[in-house]
Amino acid sequence: MSENATPSLVLDLKGLLCPMPVVKIAGAIKQVEVGDIIEATATDPGVMADIPAWAKSTGNEVAKMERDGKVITFWVKRVK
Amino acid sequence: MSEEPQKCVIVLMSGTFDHAFAAFTIASTAAAMGMETTIFFTFWGMKAIQKGNFTGKGLFGRMVGVLNRGGIDRIGPSKFNFGGVGRWMFKKMMKDKGVVALPELRQTCIDLGVKFLICKTSMDVMEIEDDDLIPEAREIVGAATMLAEAQQAQIQLFI
Repeated sequence: MSENATPSLVLDLKGLLCPMPVVKIAGAIKQVEVGDIIEATATDPGVMADIPAWAKSTGNEVAKMERDGKVITFWVKRVK
Repeated sequence: MSEEPQKCVIVLMSGTFDHAFAAFTIASTAAAMGMETTIFFTFWGMKAIQKGNFTGKGLFGRMVGVLNRGGIDRIGPSKFNFGGVGRWMFKKMMKDKGVVALPELRQTCIDLGVKFLICKTSMDVMEIEDDDLIPEAREIVGAATMLAEAQQAQIQLFI
């Protein structure tokens, strides 16, 4: 896990419910380079399971996932 | 795991709002997860990809066209439709909670490259023409085509 990396793209997914968070992340991952990190904030608790499932299926990495009250912040790294 | 893309095939038989929602949600998510996704629209399911005009040529065909009029905005929930009031209530509840609307969800599927296949026999029986369907739904095929796709797929669903 790279502690000194900065996200190259920040997405606001707050208010979106399944399937939109995963759909938006899938679209965004194509716009960043391999090795880049996308930071996203969401309010749908489902993302805590859905984003790791998406990452496993697509071969990408969830570098971080934190929850602060209603807002979930996660980092997704493009692996390939 | 091999590098071959995974495939997902969904048969949409039902023409209700809730079933269409499930089909398009699963399809868009499958596509977002890198799966080659196909939806085969058959029988009532064709309503989800019809333009919404009146269809049919003969007497029975036109009766079906009126009673079973298609269009993504017109289809209602499989229960509690109450002549359209239930449909309106569900749409309002979903909008208030931030759920994506059905037409936008269908467009998301299209944008993600989900393939739409349409059942030729259903179209013939109900006297629905190519032009009664949305422009993105013009690949009209038979069961064998759908099954050939399904044979290659890891996920096959009947909705």
